[in-house]
Amino acid sequence: MRHARITSIVSAVIFLVAVVLLIARGLNLGIEFTGGTMMEVRYPQAVNLNQVRDTLEAGNFRDASVQNFGTSLDVLIRLPVKAGVSSAQLSEQVLQVLRAQNDKVEVRRVEFVGPQVGAELVNDGGLALILVSIGIMVYLAIRFEWRFAVGAVVATAHDLVILLGLFSLLQWEFTLTVLAAMLAILGYSVNDTVVVFDRIRENFRKMRKGTIAEIIDNAITSTLSRTIMTSATTLLMVLAMLFLGGETLFYFALTLAIGIVVGTYSSVLVASPIVMWLGISRADMMPVVKKDGEVDDRP
Amino acid sequence: MINQYPAWKYLLIVVVVATGALFSMPNLYGEDPALQVTGTRTTKVDAATEEQVLGLLQQNTLTYKSTARDGHSLLVRFHDTESQLRAKDIVKETLGGGYVVALNLAPATPAWLRALNAQPMYLGLDLRGGVHFLMEVDMEAAVAQAEERYVSDIRSLLRDKKLRYLSIARGTNGLEIKFRSPDERNQAQDIVGRDFPLLVLKDIDGTDSHDLIATISESEQREVRKFALQQNITTLRNRVNELGVAEPVIQQQGDSRIVVQLPGVQDTARAKEILGATATLEFRMANEEHLIDDALAGRVPAGSKLYNRREGGHVLLKNQVMLTGDYIIDAASGIEQQTGEPAVFITLDGKGANIFSNATKENVGKLMAVVFIENKSETRVVDGVQTKVKSKVEEVINTAVIREQLGKRFQITGLDNTDEARNLALLLRAGALTAPIEIVEERTVGPSMGAENIAKGFNSTMIGFAAIAVFMTAYYYFFGVIASLALGINMLLLVAVLSMLQATLTLPGIAGIALTIGMAIDANVLIFERIREELRNGNSPQASINAGYDRAFDTILDSNITTLIAGFALFWLGSGPIRGFAVTLCIGILTSMFSAVMVSRGMVNLLYGRRRKLAKLHI
Repeated sequence: MRHARITSIVSAVIFLVAVVLLIARGLNLGIEFTGGTMMEVRYPQAVNLNQVRDTLEAGNFRDASVQNFGTSLDVLIRLPVKAGVSSAQLSEQVLQVLRAQNDKVEVRRVEFVGPQVGAELVNDGGLALILVSIGIMVYLAIRFEWRFAVGAVVATAHDLVILLGLFSLLQWEFTLTVLAAMLAILGYSVNDTVVVFDRIRENFRKMRKGTIAEIIDNAITSTLSRTIMTSATTLLMVLAMLFLGGETLFYFALTLAIGIVVGTYSSVLVASPIVMWLGISRADMMPVVKKDGEVDDRP
Repeated sequence: MINQYPAWKYLLIVVVVATGALFSMPNLYGEDPALQVTGTRTTKVDAATEEQVLGLLQQNTLTYKSTARDGHSLLVRFHDTESQLRAKDIVKETLGGGYVVALNLAPATPAWLRALNAQPMYLGLDLRGGVHFLMEVDMEAAVAQAEERYVSDIRSLLRDKKLRYLSIARGTNGLEIKFRSPDERNQAQDIVGRDFPLLVLKDIDGTDSHDLIATISESEQREVRKFALQQNITTLRNRVNELGVAEPVIQQQGDSRIVVQLPGVQDTARAKEILGATATLEFRMANEEHLIDDALAGRVPAGSKLYNRREGGHVLLKNQVMLTGDYIIDAASGIEQQTGEPAVFITLDGKGANIFSNATKENVGKLMAVVFIENKSETRVVDGVQTKVKSKVEEVINTAVIREQLGKRFQITGLDNTDEARNLALLLRAGALTAPIEIVEERTVGPSMGAENIAKGFNSTMIGFAAIAVFMTAYYYFFGVIASLALGINMLLLVAVLSMLQATLTLPGIAGIALTIGMAIDANVLIFERIREELRNGNSPQASINAGYDRAFDTILDSNITTLIAGFALFWLGSGPIRGFAVTLCIGILTSMFSAVMVSRGMVNLLYGRRRKLAKLHI
């Protein structure tokens, strides 16, 4: 707990920067959320993107964005929703234009999302985040105590906001799968936090003499090797996905990888100090916390 | 002897793992290229069909691996895709339109496993390739159509009752009927209220008119929406049959949406064209003066045309169209009150009623037919040039004898059962009153991409697994080996459960498996760290093992439940690929509780539990 103040200040600063970024720059939302058409096509030989752009422009798709996807053979084309154009036909028209230029082009994947569906997904995604947070808070409040619930949720909110801030800073595309990864990180980060909390609870029962800081310190130290081991194994898996899972899973795996690192940090150095400060500010001294411990002792 | 399991626990572990192995086995066998022949409304796949199909294959010297036939479909497996493709062309040509002949990849699960109902995992579209459409029915249009219907009904009602009105039209708040005097308005309110109990009536006095505002009640609107959705699902199902897809999914989603999934379909342009076809109706008189056999032999009389019946068979109809579907304002199924027979009630608008009444006057006692016409435009490549080919499919959906001169409302009886009445009503509406439908989401995945996704997902999971096993063994020595074995069993159980539930496996689902494997090891890490700690505190190895497993369990439970909460929320709110991720995550957490705690403990007990003098643990 000696470094709690410093790490908390660092966290708070990063958190604020992330919030400012989110407000100022926003997220680069994927077509699932904004609506639009995305096509992945493959050429038999490496293709010049400018040529593809010119072809599309000549075919009257001026607002198409074209980029390579993974390899130089694969091209990703994004088209915004157009008012008045039957969007279902849009991808077929684009394909016709591309085929006219090079008839060897192969469609790998098409995704089209109507604007109304996109808006719903944004709502559902937000709702999922809120519900998960509430569910976890309630569970922790029942199994532990409300301060732990608050500590865990603040720590996970910290993780998510920092992740979102990073997506905003680098303008990575925020897609539905990235959202799923964030929710998984939410679960993972709480998982990590709970392990530390569990030990704190146990220490309250065993170490009748230590100060709160000592009790928490001890809990963190004795779970540290586990925390690092678990993060390392999960990270191994996620890195395998990141490098071998292909482009489709790239940002998903990247979100998980960063989330695991940030989540591990926050479980150890954000959640516990909050519990401590909440406890101390309430009654200033041991007895109250001791009472908490006794409450927990009840079967 | 604290580290001993009773025999039943070992037995339980063995039984569970063996069952897991058995049910994950079908995933090892791969797939056979196959041909699937399915009957439609009018045709059945029976022993005769099977004989016919196999006969055709023999004639063309095509060898097949095996055949299987159930209630409504026949599956012929082939050794290679080449004979599969050739067989499709031959069979389709001979059997004709009455059957759906589709290419399929049938799991090559051995018969004894199939007898146990063990199947491989069900792959999502992103893994096997295909199209997913989410279609939305325009409910506002459906309700507007219902309002139009009422406008016409009320107009004729007021005319019948000789009540004078200024105007009647659909407005922003509902139907607005304007009258000159409040007296006339009140009279109308009574009559309309009596005849249309489902309308909610409100009177408003304006400056130069006295209005009656009629709105369709909530419950009626719900009915209208429900019907519009059902009718669209029926139409889509018919059209998908035509595409020849082996395992199509057509499902309602929410109040106004329909999910259409067509695995294996690559030609999305054609799929969209067929799904988006429009249909119309025509009423025609039958030509009863000539024999149908003559017509079938090619001697079709002038002024007539031979039509196929939907239920099979043919009918000869006169070319003159009595009435088209445009004049129909409603078609509903119900029960004829006098006879109790199932019937379809049809309502025409005023103009249609006039035409129809004239047309049926001279034809009482004769046979009339309803022709259902689907207009399709297909894009085909002819000599390297893309051209739109318009085609028309005409079918007779009903024939009935005209009992009397027909007017605005009439009914079709003589139907076999209420199901048939319902279907006919749906078809009539499909031809006359389809609520517009729009594609709001599309996902197409090419076949090469699907195969690549499987390979990538599988490889990354395996390599991640191997890396974890090496890492764990290096850190926990012998216990690391045990944890890795338990992890392998976890994977086996996870695959088995997914196969048993036939939950859809998607690429994010594979990611979910990978992630659970990464996280499942957490339980073992928690336990082993505890054991090390107990050993450091000077406890005996046996006591340390026991304490490690016991104390860690609470923590494992708490941390897994919080992750499960996240998983459930994802499942509940997620769509498509996200759901696949949530499913594997949740199931993986549950199986890991069993494998990491019980299986690994079982192994440890078996290896260390019997040794009285255990001096050192390799941890």
